[in-house]
Amino acid sequence: MSDLPPLFTDWFKTRGWTIHPHQQHMLEQATEPALMLIAPTGGGKTLAGFLPSLIELADGQHKGLHTLYVSPLKALAADIKRNLRTPVTEMDLPIRIEDRTGDTTYTQKRRQRADPPHILLTTPESLALLTSYEDAPHIFKGLQRIIVDEIHALAESKRGDQLMLALSRLQTLAPGLRRVGLSATVEDPDAIASELARHPDPCTIINADPGPDPDISMLVTQEKPPWTGGGAKYAIPAVLEEVKKHKTTLIFHNTRAQAEIFFHNLWLANTDDLPIGIHHGSLAREQREKVEGAMVAGDLRAIVCTGSLDLGIDWGDVDLVIQVGAPKNVKRLVQRIGRANHRYNAPSKALLVPANRFEVVECVAALEAVKAHDLDGDPKGPGPRDVLCQHILITACAGPFDADALYQEIKTVGAYRTLSRAAFDDCLDFCATGGYALRAYDKWKRLLQRADGLWQLRDPRAAQRIRMNIGTIQDTDTLKVRLKGNFKPLGEVEEAFAATLTPGDTFLIGGQVVRYENLKEMTVEVSRRADKTPKIATFMGTKFANSTQLSQRILRMFAQTNWPELPAHTAEWLALQRQFSKLPEADRILVESFPHEGRHHICIYGFAGRNAMQTLGMLATQRMEELNLHPLGFVATDYATLIWGLDPVYDPAPLLQPDNMRADFETWLSGNAVMKKTFRGAATIAGLIERNLPQARKSGRQATFSSDILYDTLAKYDPDHLMLRITREEAMRGLVDFGRIEEMLTRTAGRIDHVKLDRVTPLSLPMFLEQGRIAVAGAGQDRILEEEAARLMQEAGVATL
Amino acid sequence: MLDLASGLSQADIMTAYHFSFCGTQCAALPSGALHLPDHDVLCVSDLHLGKSERIARRSGVMLPPYEVRETLEKLQADIAATRPTQIICLGDSFDDLEAAARLDEEMLLWLAQLQAGKTWIWVEGNHDPGPINLGGTHRSEIKIGTLSFRHIATAMTAEVSGHYHPKHRVAGRSRPAFLYDDCRLIMPAYGAYTGGLVSLTPALRQLFMRPPIAIMTGHKAIPVPVP
Repeated sequence: MSDLPPLFTDWFKTRGWTIHPHQQHMLEQATEPALMLIAPTGGGKTLAGFLPSLIELADGQHKGLHTLYVSPLKALAADIKRNLRTPVTEMDLPIRIEDRTGDTTYTQKRRQRADPPHILLTTPESLALLTSYEDAPHIFKGLQRIIVDEIHALAESKRGDQLMLALSRLQTLAPGLRRVGLSATVEDPDAIASELARHPDPCTIINADPGPDPDISMLVTQEKPPWTGGGAKYAIPAVLEEVKKHKTTLIFHNTRAQAEIFFHNLWLANTDDLPIGIHHGSLAREQREKVEGAMVAGDLRAIVCTGSLDLGIDWGDVDLVIQVGAPKNVKRLVQRIGRANHRYNAPSKALLVPANRFEVVECVAALEAVKAHDLDGDPKGPGPRDVLCQHILITACAGPFDADALYQEIKTVGAYRTLSRAAFDDCLDFCATGGYALRAYDKWKRLLQRADGLWQLRDPRAAQRIRMNIGTIQDTDTLKVRLKGNFKPLGEVEEAFAATLTPGDTFLIGGQVVRYENLKEMTVEVSRRADKTPKIATFMGTKFANSTQLSQRILRMFAQTNWPELPAHTAEWLALQRQFSKLPEADRILVESFPHEGRHHICIYGFAGRNAMQTLGMLATQRMEELNLHPLGFVATDYATLIWGLDPVYDPAPLLQPDNMRADFETWLSGNAVMKKTFRGAATIAGLIERNLPQARKSGRQATFSSDILYDTLAKYDPDHLMLRITREEAMRGLVDFGRIEEMLTRTAGRIDHVKLDRVTPLSLPMFLEQGRIAVAGAGQDRILEEEAARLMQEAGVATL
Repeated sequence: MLDLASGLSQADIMTAYHFSFCGTQCAALPSGALHLPDHDVLCVSDLHLGKSERIARRSGVMLPPYEVRETLEKLQADIAATRPTQIICLGDSFDDLEAAARLDEEMLLWLAQLQAGKTWIWVEGNHDPGPINLGGTHRSEIKIGTLSFRHIATAMTAEVSGHYHPKHRVAGRSRPAFLYDDCRLIMPAYGAYTGGLVSLTPALRQLFMRPPIAIMTGHKAIPVPVP
């Protein structure tokens, strides 16, 4: 099937199109078991993926599901449905296309299972749910093709692992299944291709013309960027000017809170009433859909957004992308820029807006990397076992299964090809009995092995609870926010943020200032306020670590004698730092110590990325605790860790001594917040903690106890438990990132410069407004708590009752 | 004030909070237990023993089955430090009656050892409303000196109760806490797998005539006024 059938040739002609070379190649190789297309946005990537399906389905002979399309975003599925309608309607093809996401109605989902469409558009989570039904063999019988869109984005996370496990199931149900991946430009296509293909099948990679280099620069403003902060408020007038000059602008932010604040400030300055919308993952679905609709209709001149708009949705005629805040990762920046200008072979136009002086440096470094086509990325580890545990439970929901067959099936997934039988049995045992050293659940096992050797759920009713908790997306506990007396939610905030609110507090959500009224049945009730200065919305969004490559570029820049490529204000700032303290060097660790607001501070410049610098903070404060220096807390950024405490640090060397650090690391691993957070994630995915319960939580009363308690209990009584082993391994790679600490220790080989000062230094200034401060639960904290309690007792005049 | 002859170990004098409640001397221990030195009574509330078993039975989710030993270990340490003659478990000692019946041998033996030579009172709670087949006396409430002990607070004064699992937040740290005013004292949950109710929620606040004092548990029992 290498030639376009006449019907399709004619359709291309009436549209005035010719088939792109990569679309032709995809068609020629459509019978390959696995195929991956790498193409820039706007290169007709989606059509290239669907063309073979449309042709195969054109004769109306195929019954049931033919092609499954999986994308990381619900919105993408809806968008593709809209776009496919054009060729199907215009060529009058007998093809039924439907989408199925978390937003699809119950009735429609029921109908889709009984009578599947020819093409089903879905997400990894909805697909996993589909495979959990007893009628999965019926649904997927005859499935020919699966198209995984934006596979580069999925491959970076556990969602990709879950999807590939689901694919192994589908391959068994439909042995003729062919796999197609659509990807943006990535640094290592072979790695993604080997995850897509059924192991050990080969995967053919087709490269489309990458198109011209993007037109990308840093936004020059009259106003200087501030010393600190992430709001980029200074740039608002300049950004508004750019919006006026362009047809449609996407304004990207790294976190939801930043997007909210920026949007709010943009509206205050938007005297021309330009139609500008906001879109991020914390907003209510209705609100997101409204913005998406307005965008597609061309009613918006700009949209303030986060990663939720990061993927290849066709937002029509976007001719400018603005990235506010340093991009942290060159690959992601390039992919975001790809959003602009969907006309093939025209350069995309993008502007970087640094939020503060340090980000000016980061932005310039990122620009140079883009020009040098220097994409960054770290190799991925083997398939995660928490996802495997969930897969076993999902398999059990669909019906009794044979452990040997399941193991063989899982080994066909690229990421799990090296999985040992022992590791698989561990996971199966965890799903069946909890896997505890104390074999406590003989009577209440979750899975039972029957006389015929097959495994099944002890209580079939458990399937409902397992299905409700399918998915690997790590979300913190969030609470819905709605206007008092109104059922429509405005969006969501993190539970931890809600806990800090007292009635009367104001915060931003969906671009409006609201006043916290009360908490009613786990919903935050608010009223509208006309205030202009809210208490900041601190729901976080994802924070990314600066890539190693980008950090290295920045350090190389610091070594220059002057900085002609930087704006004068930033060059002056670096010169000031050099004059009063020192600039960090690639082969040394700079440590500054100074007093500030009654606390002693030390700032350690390690340039190891946010996660590793956070770990460094944990280890250094632990050592300080042992040295009785009463550390109170720390905050980490990509380049430094700032620690404050009750006592000064005269010699930082012991805090950074490699052998000390490695030894401390082991002790520390057992009892820290990052580990607990990682544990929470893994335990939720593996089915030990349920995110969703059949009845919604009615009140906070006794409802949930912290997963930290489970972690502490396991660490004490069952330190080799599977969940703790998974947590340890994951933390090493991810949130703990000890690998980059090792890299830093090797790079600097004990060369530490300690600079003692009497005040905050220019380079440490931005650290003081950084969010995500972590308190050290040690003697210092107890001392403060006691002092604070005593003060409150005194104030209340109730020393005793 | 401090009664050094009451049998308190040195560590407990340092970390407990001593106060007078409705005419009875009390010591709030940092573990969440209440010691009445003049009566040699130790009181703990809401142990929720067998919670992991009950959750597994009802939902299939298998939590680490170690909360019984964790809780008994804590209780054993408090008993050793305060050497009471009488122990009051102030209700919801078991997550349900079936969980009480299903405690394993080792835990039963441990519990029996803790009970040996002491008057042990199981006050009934909403989770464990019936008699249980374990040593000790089963009561709906009990009076000690000027104080009455029951699981759920009533309109009575000079009352010690549990049930609500109060927690309080100071300087950003939230911990299980005792709450008390002139009329009543509400105990924090003692069990390892227990959540908490924030001290400011109306359900808890309306039980007090005026803003109560919270005694924070942790390394040291620390009193703080609830705003």
